[in-house]
Amino acid sequence: MAKLTINGKTVDIDAAPDTPLLWAIREHIGLTGTKYGCGVGQCGSCTVHIDGEAVRSCSLTVGSLKADQKIVTIEGLSPDASHPIQKAWLQLEVPQCGYCQSGMIMAAAALLAKKPKPTDADIDEAMTNICRCGTYNRVRAGIKLAANA
Amino acid sequence: MTQVLDVSRRSFLKSSAAAAGAFTLGFSVPFTAAEAQSATPEVNAWVVIKPDDTVVVRIARSEMGQGTLTGLAQLVAEELEADWSKVTWEYPTPGQNVARNRVWKNFSTGGSRGIRESHQYVREGGAAARMMLVEAAAKEWGVPAAECKAAKGVITHAASGRSTTYGKVASAAAKLEPPKEVKLKAASDWTIAGKPLKRLDTVDKLSGKQIYGADFKLPGMLNAAIKDCPVFGGKVASFDVGKIEKMPGVKKVVKVGESAVAVVADMWWQAKTALDALPITWDEGPNAKASSETIAAMLKEGLTAEQAFVGNQAGDAKGAIAGAVKKVEATYSYPFQNHACMEPMNATALWTAEKCEVWCPTQNGEAAFAATVEASGHPAPKCEVYKIHLGGGFGRRGMTDYVRQAVAIAKQMPGTPVKLLWSREEDMLHGRYHPITMAKMSAGLDKDGNVVGLHMRLSGQSILASVNPQGLQSGKDPVVFQGLNPDGPEGHFGYEIPNILIDHAMRNSHVPAGFWRGVNLNHNAIYVECFMDELAQAAGVDPLEFRRRMMKNHPKHLAVLEAAAKGIGWGTKAPDGIFRGLCQTMGFGSYVAAGAEVSVKKDGSVKIHRIVAATNPGHVVNPDQVAAQVEGSFVYGLSAMLYQECTVKGGRIVEENFDSYQPLRMDEMPKVESILMPSDDFWGGVGEPTIAVAAPAVLNAIFAATGKRVRSLPLRNADLRRA
Repeated sequence: MAKLTINGKTVDIDAAPDTPLLWAIREHIGLTGTKYGCGVGQCGSCTVHIDGEAVRSCSLTVGSLKADQKIVTIEGLSPDASHPIQKAWLQLEVPQCGYCQSGMIMAAAALLAKKPKPTDADIDEAMTNICRCGTYNRVRAGIKLAANA
Repeated sequence: MTQVLDVSRRSFLKSSAAAAGAFTLGFSVPFTAAEAQSATPEVNAWVVIKPDDTVVVRIARSEMGQGTLTGLAQLVAEELEADWSKVTWEYPTPGQNVARNRVWKNFSTGGSRGIRESHQYVREGGAAARMMLVEAAAKEWGVPAAECKAAKGVITHAASGRSTTYGKVASAAAKLEPPKEVKLKAASDWTIAGKPLKRLDTVDKLSGKQIYGADFKLPGMLNAAIKDCPVFGGKVASFDVGKIEKMPGVKKVVKVGESAVAVVADMWWQAKTALDALPITWDEGPNAKASSETIAAMLKEGLTAEQAFVGNQAGDAKGAIAGAVKKVEATYSYPFQNHACMEPMNATALWTAEKCEVWCPTQNGEAAFAATVEASGHPAPKCEVYKIHLGGGFGRRGMTDYVRQAVAIAKQMPGTPVKLLWSREEDMLHGRYHPITMAKMSAGLDKDGNVVGLHMRLSGQSILASVNPQGLQSGKDPVVFQGLNPDGPEGHFGYEIPNILIDHAMRNSHVPAGFWRGVNLNHNAIYVECFMDELAQAAGVDPLEFRRRMMKNHPKHLAVLEAAAKGIGWGTKAPDGIFRGLCQTMGFGSYVAAGAEVSVKKDGSVKIHRIVAATNPGHVVNPDQVAAQVEGSFVYGLSAMLYQECTVKGGRIVEENFDSYQPLRMDEMPKVESILMPSDDFWGGVGEPTIAVAAPAVLNAIFAATGKRVRSLPLRNADLRRA
């Protein structure tokens, strides 16, 4: 059993302590917006926020988390896709297949929370997620649009 | 179970149909086929109009990010004279297509064909529906249909001042005979097609609501993880179930075909954990000693082999080269590459004694359906496939191996839906790889530096031999010659050379090849366009001018090349330390060219600063989405050029995840400027062709910067250090 606080709700889940947070979110809690891409912390499709930090949920176990740590998934970023990043993404038509975009959006939102006016270098450093469709330039433009919104 | 199945299936269909805006999977909505019939009869196979004027456009091709769904809807809506704000979409199922005598024709979504192959009949579908709606209104009013006009989903009769909406006459229209002839609008009259409209499938991708195959759920569903013999052609010898059967969540361990083992558990993570702990002994079979080295030796032999399939021949290339003033030779090579879709392969299957149903992301619904029929043992009328959004396709999801596996697993658990999801490692080890090839390029120049003869000998793997041997033509794989053909609308060679021979020595390894985004065009363009750069250098002529001399009869190839050259600033001074490269090709029916600006540090590290791409795809249905495809193509093409290589050791692929198979990331991404120059006189594809010009433009710029030719891909293996 583990106690997690996800999107403002504290939940008890019946998962082994070594279960990756990603799979606890997807299978025990049933929120599938957070995606599995590599399982080794490379691709960032599984990015969520823990106490405001963008982290790769495939590489953290539920046993390593405390109940008072605030986990936010894409479903909890805003109630109606109204976060400035989500709005910019819609305006610029950032997603293609969209599979990596939950992670992209979460990484970008965490960046903006820390650096409201990120430079290109800040974006390069924070945005290490993989997109195979090739949306990188629109992701960059989307972050800048949101920063200036 | 059948009961549960029916409800879920209908509600799935209903929710697909309901909206691009609110795509959710619910299982409690009562919804019967009869209700659907009475509520929303289709006007024709392509168009359903609901009483509230919602227009549902049926999309036969698969959406995998490339925007085809929106583009096809735009084409139908254009001819329908629909109100775009009321347009939504749904996928018809492959089973319905079979049952209705293929009314939606081809479902296959590959080769950048989604729009160029179906634009005519989907537009005709939209136009026919419009005529039927107008006729229904005219009949109701007792006026000639010719006096009525349709615009934005409203039909008006000016003389009597009457008007009605599509939703009000759709039921009556559905009962009319379809028109025998329809006239389509000229592209110059388009108001919906040709415009940069918003995609129909974006909103749910921003909030995590979009359901991909990996996210799909059915009541009572179990999850499966699988391991296929890592050596291609090997088999399962034995496995010890006793070691894992008591592990948490494990329900069953099953053999899948001769070569794979799957663990079925409550949760996927439990299944994968148990599978990793399962002792499996493989019979590695005849390929266990194959390696990159043995495969390279086989290809190398093909470079000079006597026999080869001819793809393009004129004059006497070998004789012309032998007698030329100057002779230039170079050998290039291109590795195996994995598609590495972000969403690993997956499919959900439910098998009962009565029927078999599959829910999966697929680029080819009909192929997935055929695979389901075959693997299930049920006849076609008792099978169905429901398509789900793809987390990337790139050619990989045109294959059906994962569908067969899912059905084979579900068949061993009758009545229980099972979702099979591959791990990233499984996805990397069991791809259908970009074929491995080499090319020996030989050319002769006359005293003025003109090319008098060119021989391009390709040696390497054939995709068709691997995935569709029936498609071979007396043993020859015509797809090998993408972009190299003497003529034809698909992709012809853009240079006039008096003596030319392009031939292919087919050398197939045990590693399965498959269609890949861009595929043969990618390496063919590198071979031709980098070699053209070598020839220009040997001739002492500017690379643009050198090409131009051979392109008088290829004005469309030349037009995109000149546009890209102008865009990158060819012929003007580059900023200090920046060097430029150019290239062009034709593939998937479109003309493409690129210019690149790069810098290379003394330590050999390369930075790609800027790319300018020019594309003539004939018609542009959504310029913003075409631009997105061009931008994305450079990520795919540059990733392939810079880093990606699947090597072989002990008969298996070595690279198992993104740590050893790196794509390009944001910090390396150049600016991309996309020039669209449609000539409106043909229909070409846009999802793939631009990939092919990414690498040669950059490689030619790297030569300009360093004086070094990179002839073996990927670039990471090259040493570009300078003293």
